Amino acid sequence: MEISGAEIVIRCLQEEGVEFVFGYPGGAVLEIYDAIFKQDKFKHVLVRHEQGAVHAADGYSRSSHKVGVALVTSGPGATNAITGIATAYLDSIPMVVISGQVPTPAIGLDAFQEVDMVGITRPCVKHNILVKDVRDIASAMKKAFHIATTGRPGPVVVDIPKDITLARAEFHYPQSVSLRSYNPPAKGHPGQIKKAVNLLSDAKRPLIYIGGGAVLSNASNQVTELVKMLGVPATNTLMALGAFSGSDPQNLGMLGMHGLYEANMAMQHCDVLIAIGARFDDRVISVPSHFLSSPKKIVHIDIDPSSIAKRVKVDIPIVGNVRDVLDEMLALLRQTGARPNAEHLANWWKQLEEWRSHNCLKFDANSDIIKPQFVVQTLYEITGGDAFVTSDVGQHQMWAAQYYKFNKPRRWINSGGLGTMGFGLPAAMGVQLANPDATVACITGEASIQMNIQELSTCKQYHTPVKVINLNNRYLGMVRQWQEFFYGNRYSESYMDALPDFVKLAEAYGHVGMKIERPADVEPALREAMKLKERLVFMDFITDQTENVFPMVQNNRGLSQMDLPPHMRHLQQGTVAKERDYGNLS
Amino acid sequence: MRHILSILLENEAGALSRVVGLFSARGYNIDSLTVSTTEDATLSRMTIVTSGSDDVIEQITKQLNKLIEVVKVIDLNESDHVERELMLIKVRSTGKDREEMKRMADIFRGRILDVTEKTYTIELTGESSKLDAFIEAVDRTLILETVRTGASGIGRGERILKI
Repeated sequence: MEISGAEIVIRCLQEEGVEFVFGYPGGAVLEIYDAIFKQDKFKHVLVRHEQGAVHAADGYSRSSHKVGVALVTSGPGATNAITGIATAYLDSIPMVVISGQVPTPAIGLDAFQEVDMVGITRPCVKHNILVKDVRDIASAMKKAFHIATTGRPGPVVVDIPKDITLARAEFHYPQSVSLRSYNPPAKGHPGQIKKAVNLLSDAKRPLIYIGGGAVLSNASNQVTELVKMLGVPATNTLMALGAFSGSDPQNLGMLGMHGLYEANMAMQHCDVLIAIGARFDDRVISVPSHFLSSPKKIVHIDIDPSSIAKRVKVDIPIVGNVRDVLDEMLALLRQTGARPNAEHLANWWKQLEEWRSHNCLKFDANSDIIKPQFVVQTLYEITGGDAFVTSDVGQHQMWAAQYYKFNKPRRWINSGGLGTMGFGLPAAMGVQLANPDATVACITGEASIQMNIQELSTCKQYHTPVKVINLNNRYLGMVRQWQEFFYGNRYSESYMDALPDFVKLAEAYGHVGMKIERPADVEPALREAMKLKERLVFMDFITDQTENVFPMVQNNRGLSQMDLPPHMRHLQQGTVAKERDYGNLS
Repeated sequence: MRHILSILLENEAGALSRVVGLFSARGYNIDSLTVSTTEDATLSRMTIVTSGSDDVIEQITKQLNKLIEVVKVIDLNESDHVERELMLIKVRSTGKDREEMKRMADIFRGRILDVTEKTYTIELTGESSKLDAFIEAVDRTLILETVRTGASGIGRGERILKI
């Protein structure tokens, strides 16, 4: 029986087991929306802005390991979705975005609400497809889901002209898809894995460097087993928080521009580095030449060959799915019993503990102004490290990453690659829908939250009781910090005057608002908010305006040349000299 | 260093723009690019002449392979290959230059395709460097127009790029 193209789209989504479609209707997708009206297998979530739809699909995907699906109309609907798509692309999130397009005969004529979606998204998608025949919809959709979820995941856009959704065809959903030009690698090369294991057993100062790929491939158990089996230290990137428990003593914490002192020092001074699903990006190792100035052997496990040897040369590249490679590596380690030398390892740990003893995250806990770190720390304590936490981008994001110790993967949801302000709230909606009974907090700032604040309305409609933790310092905090450090305190356009009354704003949207101004009120307020299980609570914390994020690696500096917090300034002076001394330690 | 990349890709709308977009987005050079279908109408073959350090060429190759529609990529420089480029060049050929132009075309094994009272249009094929040499060899003021296809390349002997 022939059905319409729009119905075919719906059937495809049903075949893929899609639970939620995040979207916004418009002219070019009205046929599809009419078909949605007539079905009840998946739920449509009506956002208030298309960017919110894509971020919500993204948050849904990150927290559930399922594909996020968004549906937008042509033209402005499509362009509004771009930031969300680019966000997902930079963080390798599996997603299918369906965009409407003007009817085929109108394409290229500057028709109303026409934009070349395939052209405009090309640099920020894993793949995109313009469907030109109703008989191609099913295969295009199958291909989209296949490509989005296999290999290094990423967003795929399917652009469907309106006349194609009206045309009719038989529906056959392909059971499988085979593309001669697309064969993502699975297993790593056994010879390379063996070499890596040998290298590990010769290591004096080994370190495991865990990236977002470990989360994406669901390799948390394997990573944990590897670290525990070898007794070696581990560090994780912003994207990997939770892949290895944040409260495990072998975890040195996050590394990078705002990484922990001990993690960055270990990264700089290790002699054997196992990089797992990580990509040595500029926010992680800063200047490659400085990073390599302390000699080290590098094993790099990644599913994407182009991530290997992109910024640093590696000694043992292993192309493959992280989980599969680690399974093989663990089997080999179990079989051979190869382990790093215990004495060397003990010396290494002694050094690591010395670095750790400075407690680089110490902050003034007795301040009579609310310290942002204190809010995150308290949230961690009362949720036991078990909440889903989304964030926006800026200082609050870094404090969330530093002070909330994630014990499980897929609990920390943030825009790491693109750094998209406005991500947190819509992402939290998606997380909450994927995990209806879980505690979902959105740690944000008064600037970021306003970039997609309209989604408070969506949260009301779909009863997503997100706890919004607004760290309100009346500044674009990270911009202000850079201006303080590098621009002579000239705070150009980084102050937010005329902020809304967030309590009234929350109430206007039908939620609960709270304003918290004293440190003593932080914990009781958080506890009270958590008790309101069915309600979205917007908590406006009035925090210290002058607080900076430490440690900090400046752009042109080496990873170990950190700007340190006030109580560690004595170490900062000697960083470079100390490094040279340490280079000879064996 | 100059490299010649041969790319086999799906003969689909938009595939070319993905390749070109990749080069511009990542700041890679394209010295020349040629593309057309192969004996298998579902496949196109593209030859890109680019330049860069070994690291850059490695990244280009990897990034090209990541494009969904790219089936295979080889760097022809890695072993023996032949390359040819075609140029059509229109020159002023009057007076004493008329005989000189004919002689130059002969020396470079060109063919004169079109003759008017004042012009010759010469067809030349060869390695890109040979075409460069021809342009260098003739009086620059006599060159009216040139059009070049960009290099096409193929491996020697049993080195075959096929799926």
